[in-house]
Amino acid sequence: MNVLLDNFALFREGFLGTISLTATSAVLALVLGVVIAGFRVSPVPPLRAFGAAWVTLLRNTPLVLLFLIAFFIVPMVLFPGMSTYLLGVLALGFYTSAFVCEAVRSGINTVAVGQAEAARSLGMTFGQTLSLIVLPQATRTVVAPMSSIMIALTKNSAIAGAFSVTELFGVQKDLSDMGYNIMVVFMWVALAYLVITFTISGLFRLLERRLEVAR
Amino acid sequence: MSEVSVTKDTAGAAEPLVVLDNVNKHFGALHVLQDIDLTIAKGEVVVVIGPSGSGKSTLCRTINRLETIDSGTITVDGKPLPAEGRQLAKLRADVGMVFQSFNLFAHKTVLENVTLGQIKVRRTPKAEAEKRARELLDRVGVGNQADKYPAQLSGGQQQRVAIARALAMGPKVMLFDEPTSALDPEMINEVLEVMQQLASEGMTMVVVTHEMGFARSAANRVVFMADGRIVEEATPDQFFSNPRSDRAKDFLSKILQH
Ligand SMILES: Nc1ncnc2c1ncn2[C@@H]1O[C@H](COP(=O)(O)OP(=O)(O)O)[C@@H](O)[C@H]1O
Ligand SMILES: [Mg+2]
Repeated sequence: MNVLLDNFALFREGFLGTISLTATSAVLALVLGVVIAGFRVSPVPPLRAFGAAWVTLLRNTPLVLLFLIAFFIVPMVLFPGMSTYLLGVLALGFYTSAFVCEAVRSGINTVAVGQAEAARSLGMTFGQTLSLIVLPQATRTVVAPMSSIMIALTKNSAIAGAFSVTELFGVQKDLSDMGYNIMVVFMWVALAYLVITFTISGLFRLLERRLEVAR
Repeated sequence: MSEVSVTKDTAGAAEPLVVLDNVNKHFGALHVLQDIDLTIAKGEVVVVIGPSGSGKSTLCRTINRLETIDSGTITVDGKPLPAEGRQLAKLRADVGMVFQSFNLFAHKTVLENVTLGQIKVRRTPKAEAEKRARELLDRVGVGNQADKYPAQLSGGQQQRVAIARALAMGPKVMLFDEPTSALDPEMINEVLEVMQQLASEGMTMVVVTHEMGFARSAANRVVFMADGRIVEEATPDQFFSNPRSDRAKDFLSKILQH
């Protein structure tokens, strides 16, 4: 009778799959996003152009299309035999990195230019100026939009289920195939997503408060 | 900081440290620096004065290439300013800069503000950098504020920290862009005194300021700028008591009115 308890192992696998997929993609998106944001404000024109192209391309492409490219074209031309999990991480991470980049860049723009000028006039390189002076001061304004981006990422990870990556949303298909009441299955899946997204926003709110106290 | 003590009178004969040769710069259609020739000798203190918008800040900022120039050359200690990159970063470490708005690193303590450049740029060991930073903070009279954040200090204190931060790099020349213009009147003197002392110790300084008291007592030379040109160069006494150009006379009559 109880879908959740009867199929707990399946749910747990999907739940952990979503968490793992989201977390790995988030790390990739954060690293890429910060680096690309650095490109976009760098004094080197080719890097700036690359950063702008990266954001324009990835932010304006439907995520499903990126998944199709990742699953059907990437293995063909680049990495044959790459696991579906990693391909999913690539699609999600690249896509999300464009949004992270723009959030970080707007954060960078809130830091007074005098801060970077003072750093440069001390002889700091561009990289030192960005990592030691500008980014730490941009963090506070970036936290709130980053929370939304990560919640969107969690939900976007559901698309990976359609590409046979084990995650929460795919559980729904398996169970309805087994003849369970779809309404009830949906409810449990939705609840599981809520648990994850609430945790994320809670963590970010905590971070925000910590950063406020730090100064 | 420089150990040479060059007195006010002999400074002019010393070797050139900063040389601007036929420098031109535009901001779009605005010709903000026009055929600027200026040589600053080692140990010399040059005060740059002139109406707002005449290009004083821009001139100051081209010397450490915070602003690029369109034509002409700038050399510091015999070396032309390199293009953006590591070489330029290295040169900037030798050119101290003090801004009108202090620009202390807001997320770092006063002590960290003064050690950061030493540690990250000069690769000085942390303990040594802190020792030097505390000495400098004592020297500018804010030693007891070392663990506070910039926002907790008065404007005058912040500007003195900014001077200590620049001095910590052991610069060959110090650039000051209206260092007292953002300060409440009662704090101006504490900053000028620090600069005065620096000048008397032989530091090479370029100071954009309208503080005539400072110019008279510390400067070897006054450079008067208007509309992107150097209109007049003279000793402070000559300049303030007997300006040659009409622009300078007009400008002085305006700032002397109040
Ligand atoms: N980044 C900039 N872009 C465009 N115009 C500028 C810029 N900085 C300064 N200017 C203009 O150049 C002129 C000289 O400015 P500035 O060097 O700051 O003068 P001063 O310091 O003598 O007041 C002014 O007209 C100013 O508006
Ligand atoms: Mg100015």
